[in-house]
Amino acid sequence: MAAVIVKNLVKSYGEIQAVKGISFNISKGEIFGLIGPNGAGKTTTLRVLSTLLQINSGSVKILDIDLAKKPEEIRKIISYLPEDAGAYKNLTGRKYLEFIANFFDSKENKKIITRGIKIADLGARIDDKVDTYSKGMKRRLLVGRALMTDPALAILDEPTSGLDVINAQEIRKIIKNISKGGTTVLLSSHNMLEVEFLCDRIALIADGVIIEEGIPKKLMEKYNASNIEEVFTEVVK
Amino acid sequence: MSSLGNIVFKEIRELLTPATLLPIIIMAIIFMSMGNTIGGIEDEIEEPPIIGYIDYDNSNLSKIATNILDKSAKVIYNSTNKEEGIKTLEENDGVAFILIQKNFSNNIFKGNPGEIEIYWIMRGAGILDSISSSVVGLLLDEINNNISRDLIQENIEVNATTVLQPTFRNQTTHFKGKEITGMPPEDISGILSSQSTLIPIVMMMIIIMSGSMVISSMALEKENKTLETLLTLPVKRTSIVAGKIIASAFIGLILAVIYMLGLGYYLMGFQMTDSAGAAQASLYLEASDLLLIGLSVFVTLIAALSFCMLLGTLAKNYKSAQTLTFPVTMLTLIPMFITMFKDFDTLPLALKGILFGIPFSHPMMAPRALIFDDYLLVISGIVYVSIFAIVMILISVWIFKTDRLLTGSTNTNLKKLFRKK
Repeated sequence: MAAVIVKNLVKSYGEIQAVKGISFNISKGEIFGLIGPNGAGKTTTLRVLSTLLQINSGSVKILDIDLAKKPEEIRKIISYLPEDAGAYKNLTGRKYLEFIANFFDSKENKKIITRGIKIADLGARIDDKVDTYSKGMKRRLLVGRALMTDPALAILDEPTSGLDVINAQEIRKIIKNISKGGTTVLLSSHNMLEVEFLCDRIALIADGVIIEEGIPKKLMEKYNASNIEEVFTEVVK
Repeated sequence: MSSLGNIVFKEIRELLTPATLLPIIIMAIIFMSMGNTIGGIEDEIEEPPIIGYIDYDNSNLSKIATNILDKSAKVIYNSTNKEEGIKTLEENDGVAFILIQKNFSNNIFKGNPGEIEIYWIMRGAGILDSISSSVVGLLLDEINNNISRDLIQENIEVNATTVLQPTFRNQTTHFKGKEITGMPPEDISGILSSQSTLIPIVMMMIIIMSGSMVISSMALEKENKTLETLLTLPVKRTSIVAGKIIASAFIGLILAVIYMLGLGYYLMGFQMTDSAGAAQASLYLEASDLLLIGLSVFVTLIAALSFCMLLGTLAKNYKSAQTLTFPVTMLTLIPMFITMFKDFDTLPLALKGILFGIPFSHPMMAPRALIFDDYLLVISGIVYVSIFAIVMILISVWIFKTDRLLTGSTNTNLKKLFRKK
């Protein structure tokens, strides 16, 4: 069963068409990656799916709910992690997670916070103010925030952006684990190797159009490439 | 280009933005229009005050008085019917009706001050509204001095006190349907301004403080990149807008209470001396009036914060938020100064329209209006401000529901229309 169905999605900013009628499906529990250069339309697509931007034409269905008609319902089942997201600086890590958890089922509140603290894995620093966190700690807190609610669809924009190797690896492991737990993941990345490691299926996007889509291994075979980076170069040619 | 020139050119380009220029241009326009208004007031001062008088005494001493009045004022009534005289003045923008009693000179010769009855026609309680009555006050001082001089020159044997103060004023003021005895317009203005100073200042402080909080809060959400997360959470847009407004209103009210405590004690020093006179002149607010003022303050605060929320959606970062507080500050200062200098009733029609249109001016005008039972102005103000607040909230919620909050995009159809034209 498809958890996400995107059909002929068009999104424009004024006269500039950022996404030009793309279509793709994501199965339940699948990790789907959108890969492309800067300005390809990855973030715009993710922002549309997370209800931040309105659709110009086309349709998006998440777990059979029409995004354009019921954005409030969609927000209950998704979680979005923007590329350069921040947290409220005057709150401690724990208070920040509590603030977010309060928007969800109050009966599950404690469970959600405990899960968030576990994913963030900040130890005693969880009770320090966000303002004192390093970039890596902040990102881990935000990943914890995004995944603690056990969303049906996690939309992650460059989840390891700006992180060192160890922190990035930790976050990749977390994403793999939640996918095994049944969460569908849609992520974008510049890092082709990361995508190759993480994603069950990928779509290569350039200039607002999906130019190739498939399982990383099969795409490498199709284009006789040793990695996704080479596939991308080949496709763009 | 030299290194210095290169840096200067770069700095000018960075600093000279529309955001820097616009507030200064608006400020200049406001000062220009205020200059024109003050120019009009100067003309008003230069014009002789419009008065009327009855001289029942018709003596040499009373003629000293009427000669001064004829010379320095524009006399539009000089007959024998008091009621007719007052009515004529009321209909012709008159300032005062002066009545010299029959036994005026006899009293002076007997060593008692001669009575001059003055019926002031007061139109407004602002500082600039009492200019004409002050001019008449000066003429009455001149009458007093000239009669003193005459008594001395003619060697009339009266006691020293009467020589120095040969006249005494029995004053009654007609103001907005009330007849206030024993008080000239200056005293009434003093009482009214001491009673209505607190609200405009506190209103200004609350709006500026809590308004800048709302704008900064929106700007910080954008700058700290927390807005996108907030907008993808299962929370209604109306709850986000209302939550920000309520929190800022709450903090604004706390700050206002602290501020009012200090300012209240400060102003109490001035009010103590006036309280007896105010009660006598029935220039006080009743409990129902205070309730209306409270309602006016409340809806205005909500309107101001809704307006600030709308401005906050335009803020790109904390720096631009600082610029956006400027219109709020100006819209608060303008009515505060106008109501301080002029009464709503005595303003030119255009200024009346501007003052009514600025939602923040209504609680500033309310106390004075309620003292004189002008419920129409206050209630229509509350209704107008409530509508303004609702419209602002609806626009803010609409912006929260569109892409504009994140992309700042403008209406493309509108753009196209302009391009075609």
